[in-house]
Amino acid sequence: MNAMIEKIGTLWPELTVLFGACVCLALGLSQRAASRRLIPWAAALALATAVGIAWSASSATGSWSLAVFIKVAVAGIGVLLVMLFEHIPEPPDAAGAPGGGEPAPDSSAGTSPRGEFTALLLFSLAGAMLCAGAEDLVWLFLALELTSLPTYVLVTAVRRHGDAAEAGVKYFFLGALATATFLYGFALIYGATGSTAFDVIRAAVADQRIEYGAATPLMVTGMVLAVLGLCYKIAAVPMHFYAADVYQGAATPVTAVLAFVPKTAGFVGLIAIMGLVQWQLPDTLAWMLWIIAAATMTVGNVLGLLQSNVKRVLAYSSIAHSGYMIVGLLAGVTADPSPLGNGTAAVLFYLVIYGLATVAAFGVLGCLSDSNGIEAQRFDDIAGLAKRQPVLAAILLIAVLSLLGFPLTAGFLGKIYIFGSAVKHQYIWLVVIAVLNSAVSAVYYLRIAGACYFADPARPVHAARTPGPRFAAAAAAAAAVALFVAGGTMIDAARQAAVQVNNPEIADVAEDRGEMERLSAGDWESKRARE
Amino acid sequence: MLNLLNENTLLPLMVFLPLLGGLAMLLLPIRGAGSVRAYALLNTVLTFAAALGATAAFRWTGAGATMQMSSRITWIEPFGLSFSFGVDAISLWLVLLTTFLMPLVVLGSFSAVKDRHREFYVWLLVLEAAMIGTFVATDVIFFYICFEFTLIPLYFLIGVFGSTQRLKAARVFFLYTFTGSMLTFTGVLYVAWWFASGNDGVWSFLIPDLVDAAQQMDPSAQMCVLLALLAGFAVKVPLFPLHTWLPLAHTEAPTAGSVILAGVLLKLGTYGLLRFALPMCPAAVVEAAPAIGVLAVIGILYTALICWVQQDIKKLIAYSSVSHLGFCVLGMFSLNALGVGGSVMYMINHGLSTGALFLCVGMIYERFHTRQMKQMGGLARVMPRWAFFMVFFCLSSVGLPGLNGFVGEFLTLLGTFQSQDVLGIGYAVPAGFGMIFAAIYLLYMVGRVVFGPVCIPRDPAGHERPAPESKSDLPAPQVKDLNLREVATLVPLAVACLWLGLAPNTVLSTLKDPIETLTAAPRREVAKRNANGIPLQTMTSRVRPTEVTSRASTNDPTEQPPEPVYPFVSHRRADNAPEIRDAFTLANQ
Repeated sequence: MNAMIEKIGTLWPELTVLFGACVCLALGLSQRAASRRLIPWAAALALATAVGIAWSASSATGSWSLAVFIKVAVAGIGVLLVMLFEHIPEPPDAAGAPGGGEPAPDSSAGTSPRGEFTALLLFSLAGAMLCAGAEDLVWLFLALELTSLPTYVLVTAVRRHGDAAEAGVKYFFLGALATATFLYGFALIYGATGSTAFDVIRAAVADQRIEYGAATPLMVTGMVLAVLGLCYKIAAVPMHFYAADVYQGAATPVTAVLAFVPKTAGFVGLIAIMGLVQWQLPDTLAWMLWIIAAATMTVGNVLGLLQSNVKRVLAYSSIAHSGYMIVGLLAGVTADPSPLGNGTAAVLFYLVIYGLATVAAFGVLGCLSDSNGIEAQRFDDIAGLAKRQPVLAAILLIAVLSLLGFPLTAGFLGKIYIFGSAVKHQYIWLVVIAVLNSAVSAVYYLRIAGACYFADPARPVHAARTPGPRFAAAAAAAAAVALFVAGGTMIDAARQAAVQVNNPEIADVAEDRGEMERLSAGDWESKRARE
Repeated sequence: MLNLLNENTLLPLMVFLPLLGGLAMLLLPIRGAGSVRAYALLNTVLTFAAALGATAAFRWTGAGATMQMSSRITWIEPFGLSFSFGVDAISLWLVLLTTFLMPLVVLGSFSAVKDRHREFYVWLLVLEAAMIGTFVATDVIFFYICFEFTLIPLYFLIGVFGSTQRLKAARVFFLYTFTGSMLTFTGVLYVAWWFASGNDGVWSFLIPDLVDAAQQMDPSAQMCVLLALLAGFAVKVPLFPLHTWLPLAHTEAPTAGSVILAGVLLKLGTYGLLRFALPMCPAAVVEAAPAIGVLAVIGILYTALICWVQQDIKKLIAYSSVSHLGFCVLGMFSLNALGVGGSVMYMINHGLSTGALFLCVGMIYERFHTRQMKQMGGLARVMPRWAFFMVFFCLSSVGLPGLNGFVGEFLTLLGTFQSQDVLGIGYAVPAGFGMIFAAIYLLYMVGRVVFGPVCIPRDPAGHERPAPESKSDLPAPQVKDLNLREVATLVPLAVACLWLGLAPNTVLSTLKDPIETLTAAPRREVAKRNANGIPLQTMTSRVRPTEVTSRASTNDPTEQPPEPVYPFVSHRRADNAPEIRDAFTLANQ
């Protein structure tokens, strides 16, 4: 019981976000537009407070843990996502809506923010934050569901369009299938080890190793199913089929959420699952991940080449990025405290970098709509953007360069981190596949940049007047450049978070943080001396 | 202020002056075409001044082989990444070449760029920063960042300011180079990991560290690294058969882009080979040198033949770049001081003369809006000043003794000729035909365009020459010869060409030490092979004059040498060193 109370004591950031969600709901009911306009601010305030609480927790203990890192990252990027929600392009006549429902004049027509959408976003963010603190399979499952369920509603409800309804249905049913898959996996893990608590499972697996030399087949099967189910959340092959349709169908701000929040939750879940076997992956699982990584990168990038819709291109790029991150996961031995050797740290770092670039890219798209209020999503819509909206075009350029991993953007550091870790753990061929893939991805990223800068405007598209999305995109792009120059701090944070993740033995070793610091400090000194 | 401008801050200054200067142009209220041009010119001139300052501060004698003026800006500590600056004589000459070309490029673009001035000059300045950064970096990742980042400005320069097929050219150029350099990136990571695993897991990307680490790899691993490095650098050079992006990019790029592409960017590839490939993987280099030599020779001859049939002057010069860079690679992989020295000379010379040729062609294109040889002729009559420069730079490019092109060409061929243990005569002779072809196609072009019956192309714009009078012997007063600005653009290049042709010693003498350092490892490898009696290839057993005489004394000139390769190879090794020194002094005279 005390443990429970202690655990709840670490949940202040999530509780703040949930409280913010309730406030948003209440504000959304207000008749006065002025109050409703406060909704994004209230949500941003709640998230900023959550960041502050989590950060202070880390500075209190002097080091970063996985939970704190993820909470800060999710809530921080959540602030930007909330700003994107300030402008939801919506056609004035709901002709495309399948139900034929006419917009109620008093509720939310036009650009006035809607409380329930923001609240759902906050719920989803809270779910992703909760994932990070999970120390029990049931907790992890509930947190994953809390992340996903609001997104099903967001996909369907935010945009009144047939595509959105279709996307919502696909997303929900496939999501339910995935949930069933990883739940089945969790059940098998429970069957193999007799508990749902992570530390008990780890002990049981350690016993199995002593007794049988390896984790039992039941345990491995459970892990395989859990990983497959989680592949849906991160949109990895073979659970990637929904991504393009759903990303296209959803309203652009919602697409940004889909590309970041469930993916983060999924990777945190994967990190937790890998932690169950102390990162000594059974061969089956390692090979499966190898194949998933290679296939995900390749499928994402090759299909990305064929798209004519920017949102679909970004959807496939998001699939490809999952592939890169799985490479990091494979190299993710948490016992490795060396700076450029820990794949888990690389994945954590990459998630943030990827999230920023994605928010910037979708933020720019979210700003744009044509005179009918239909949001920009084709190459025609962004053609000649540089001539009409030079700032937005520059942001989009930075975003795609960062996604491409080009120097002078943080994406480059992310690539060094992931590929460096993978090289260190001897996944040379996987790295070769990955770099060739990023060369392929250059084709479609350049198409986006080229459309903005080289083409002439094809259709009349104008930018939203609301400052929110514009500011969010600019902030994300600025952060992507700033992290290139000064990413060292975040890399250190990610490293500390990864070393201590779910791994009591290593935590014991590294518990004496002074020891770790001394180790690394000694390394630096010897290195400097050598220079 | 004086404290800020000491020799340790000069190199970062050279990188950040154009970079921040270019970005500042976006923020500062500089709008009009005139002020934008003046600002860009001022910036590039200041950068050149900084480079001259660096030249003055550089200790040329004694310490030419070591990295000087080093400085370091910490960047990502955990990865061991830093912005480390430093130059040796080779880098410094290339930096001088870059900073020397840039003001001329800016000056030459005044009339070529009609709109979006600000964008043009911002990209140009950013490109300059990236190019300088590539040459002054002593951290591999810093080098890689600059190397890679040259793509973006040029992508925009070609894509926005190029001619009709610019979109395709920009895309092909970017993708080709990016794909190659991603593989290079993998190779670098691999070497860095190798270093880290032998160094308690502490990563470093400093060039000396990685060179040390890579030299200890076994030959097969070195071969992988070499292939990875080649993937990036050979595309950039470009080495046959990876040259297909170049003609398109060159032809479609605006004049400024072509000049920079030929003048500096191609050199990034050869510089990378020299700085990384040779010292990092000596065993693999020696192993692969014959194959690379063959590719270089094929490139020289094949593209020279392509040049011969070109009708588009700009395309002709673009292909000639591929042919010329083949000499550069050939000289480099001869692995002796002569060849590599000639190769570095070639880099500088090619930058000057081909850059100048592109400027000349650009001036013609501005006037006539065509570059087809068929449509013009006898321009010496109507544009005597232009004709003078055109002929001058063509001769420099052909390799007329007394002009700069000759020095590099002669030395690379001599180096190849003498490196019997690596390349040898079998490579030098066909490559020599490349020189002849170069004379043929360039002089053919000159004969066609500059001399012969006057033929002024019909100008689509129409205002300069309203009446089409083809094949008329009358001078056409409507065609304007070069104005003062254009002459001022070309004169410095001509002076530099003449100076390097008459006194190559100024450069050559400084190159000796750094080249010794860079080629020491491959030379050791060659010596090791010779000592073990492994003939590299059949070419090795070709007869040299000295052997002919020695064998003649045994009265058995026809028979193949019965004795093992070992003795006469060691004899050759012994007499090689003085020969090289002789040749250096010879070349300097």
